[in-house]
Amino acid sequence: MVTPNSELAYNSKIEGEVVVTRADAVINWIRSNSVWPMPMGLACCGIELMGVGGSRFDIARFGSEVMRFSPRQSDCMIVAGTVTYKMASVVRRIYDQMASPKWVIAMGACASSGGMYRSYATLQGVDRILPVDVYVSGCPPRPEALLDALMTLQNKIRKEPATRNLLRAQ
Amino acid sequence: MPANADILPTLQAQFPQASVRPSADHPALDVPASDLLALMRTLRDTHGYDLLTDVTAVDWGAQRAGRGTGASGSVALSAANAESAAQPRFTAVYHLYSTTAHDYLRVAVACTGDDDAPSVPSVTSLWAAADWHERETYDMFGIRFEGHPDLRRILMWEGYPYYPLRKEFPLAGIETEWPDADVAAETRISVKPAPMAGGPFVASSGTMNLSEAEPRAKDESWNEVSEKPQSPA
Repeated sequence: MVTPNSELAYNSKIEGEVVVTRADAVINWIRSNSVWPMPMGLACCGIELMGVGGSRFDIARFGSEVMRFSPRQSDCMIVAGTVTYKMASVVRRIYDQMASPKWVIAMGACASSGGMYRSYATLQGVDRILPVDVYVSGCPPRPEALLDALMTLQNKIRKEPATRNLLRAQ
Repeated sequence: MPANADILPTLQAQFPQASVRPSADHPALDVPASDLLALMRTLRDTHGYDLLTDVTAVDWGAQRAGRGTGASGSVALSAANAESAAQPRFTAVYHLYSTTAHDYLRVAVACTGDDDAPSVPSVTSLWAAADWHERETYDMFGIRFEGHPDLRRILMWEGYPYYPLRKEFPLAGIETEWPDADVAAETRISVKPAPMAGGPFVASSGTMNLSEAEPRAKDESWNEVSEKPQSPA
């Protein structure tokens, strides 16, 4: 008689106390579901970023549990707003203070390309000083767009050769 | 009728050097820089203008700076030079408000000194609000406010070599060194002029269709990828 497998979870009686998987899968599973953002709210996009952190849109559902205002405790810098040349060095220094692995989301038109600020004072896209992983269009983007960017970043993290990167870093 | 509509004759009686400045809205005065502080103190203490709402400046550019058109004759040129000596390139403008009479007053001062290093007296001793306003005006126009306690740049960074609101400064900016040497060494980047494809992004006034009124390039026939079409000369 064939009984359907009703086990939904790990059963130590059957499989022992060993789970076999790949290191990349485990590392990326952990990393992609605990991307703590560093909120770099520089302009009006910062307000939408706060909305994403609030209870209606609730970025915590995706594992970005807390906005960390310390670069030492954060994994993903969300550059939300116009980056002026005067502020750009600060953005870069905070990025340098973040511990690896780290990612960058350029939120909105200004952070991605300078937006409508084609002037002497504005950095024309934060990708001139930071390696940006995901760009979000919009002025400002809807909170859903930022959630989509986070999910895109999670998919990117899940494909990273995490173990190889770790060994190479040593 | 404003409570102090007759302020201008009263002030002119007290300060004969001051002259009435043409104005579309509020009473306005032209005053020499040497009389600025005395006039401002009178306005604040006697006439109740207790709030300094704005300090800004006007760059008259080549219009007054004696950088002549070259087409005019020598007599006209010398006349223009004499006029430019009387009317320097920069004018500092102060907007005052009386919280008791609810009335505005504008005071304009022709800057003294060289056209490249103009100066006016600071009014920070009268209104603390002048502090950052004067720093901004210094930052944008390069007007030195004599007696200011802390005349540093406020919008651009220290060491920036230009004054962006002067007439000769292009909107896109001029390539300069990055503000911080350590970040510049790491990123190997400098401050670059912004791409001006299609001209500056400006909002269209007078249209109520918001998607048409939003800021956009005026000339969309060219961009970073396709060259600007040559005008049939």
